[in-house]
Amino acid sequence: MLAVRDSRDRDAFSHLFDYFAPRLKGFIIKTGVSGAQAEEIVQDVMLTVWRKSAQFDPHRAQVSAWIYQIARNRQIDMMRKDARPIPEELKAEPHQEDDAMQILAMDQEAQKLKHAISKLSKDQRVAIEQAYLGELTHQEISDQSGVPLGTIKSRIRLGLERLRLELKGLRS
Amino acid sequence: MTHVQHHIPDAMLKAYASGNISPHFATLVAAHISMCEICRVALGAHEAVGGALLDVTKAVDVSSSLKTDVFSKLDAPFTPKPVFDRSGIYPGPIVQAMKGQEPRWKSLGMGIRQHIISYDKQGSLRLLYIPAGQAVPEHGHNGLELTLVLQGSFSDETGQFGVGDVEVGDEDLAHVPTADAGPPCICLAATDASLRFAGLIPRMLQPIFKI
Ligand SMILES: [Zn+2]
Ligand SMILES: [Zn+2]
Repeated sequence: MLAVRDSRDRDAFSHLFDYFAPRLKGFIIKTGVSGAQAEEIVQDVMLTVWRKSAQFDPHRAQVSAWIYQIARNRQIDMMRKDARPIPEELKAEPHQEDDAMQILAMDQEAQKLKHAISKLSKDQRVAIEQAYLGELTHQEISDQSGVPLGTIKSRIRLGLERLRLELKGLRS
Repeated sequence: MTHVQHHIPDAMLKAYASGNISPHFATLVAAHISMCEICRVALGAHEAVGGALLDVTKAVDVSSSLKTDVFSKLDAPFTPKPVFDRSGIYPGPIVQAMKGQEPRWKSLGMGIRQHIISYDKQGSLRLLYIPAGQAVPEHGHNGLELTLVLQGSFSDETGQFGVGDVEVGDEDLAHVPTADAGPPCICLAATDASLRFAGLIPRMLQPIFKI
């Protein structure tokens, strides 16, 4: 990603595409969008990644988190007339010698997060996916799966609490 | 900016990250994050969870033309979406919601003014202007009301709210927000349902003022 940002490296972008495009497609299809539509969104997202790469700050976000947010914005914009409001960009902070350390720490945290997600039960995983894919309200989630609303809400909460516990360990 | 005491509830940050809240609330959340480093970091945590989910998602093959299409467009000129900067006390997301225009204040009586930014089935987003010492008539809430202070401060039964602070009102809160001494209190308020006024006259005026 940094090669894409700093030297507009097309080979690096090609690798990024090969990794993220199929995952994005799988991710977006889960929101109930058709395969063809999902590919349109993937195309927009990957173009945005290329065009906005200057805004990527590895001290603030993992590549996957940054792309997740672009994908969510894109999908929401498609459903609405007006562009989704996003927070003001922060003025670039001067980064000094701890750069590498900070980025490494973020990488490790992301690895642990992925590990934590892979340890969730299938139900918890589905509930968390639906919460973070966001197309569905809690009511709609319960309609879709035929489980009463109360159960679903607590399942999301349980899933998140589980994640939070996993995360606590790596913050301390 | 560094004195923010009252923040966006975590569940709402998660809903904002996933795009699962109304545009009214989304504007308020984005405005608060423009003013609050703590919530910006908390939002980052939710986006990290979203990113990790994306990372572990099972890949689905994309059609072979997709990559060629994307690469053929890398050099194509494009017009970036307009970016709205902060204007005075209004953070970028509010300026965006007002389409770059100044608020057009309408009097609600007793020196209180409002500017309705948006109003629809999903709720409303408005600016409120309350002179020092003035109180908003006592009311309860049929749903959720988020109030972000942009200038001055106000106090009610639950505490004091200064610039950057967010008060979360729900069905259980009935309050009389009163502007503190100092400059007029200007707030952004987002709701997903109407308010319940205790007094008869405010109740009669409700449909007119779309509160
Ligand atoms: Zn905050
Ligand atoms: Zn209220």
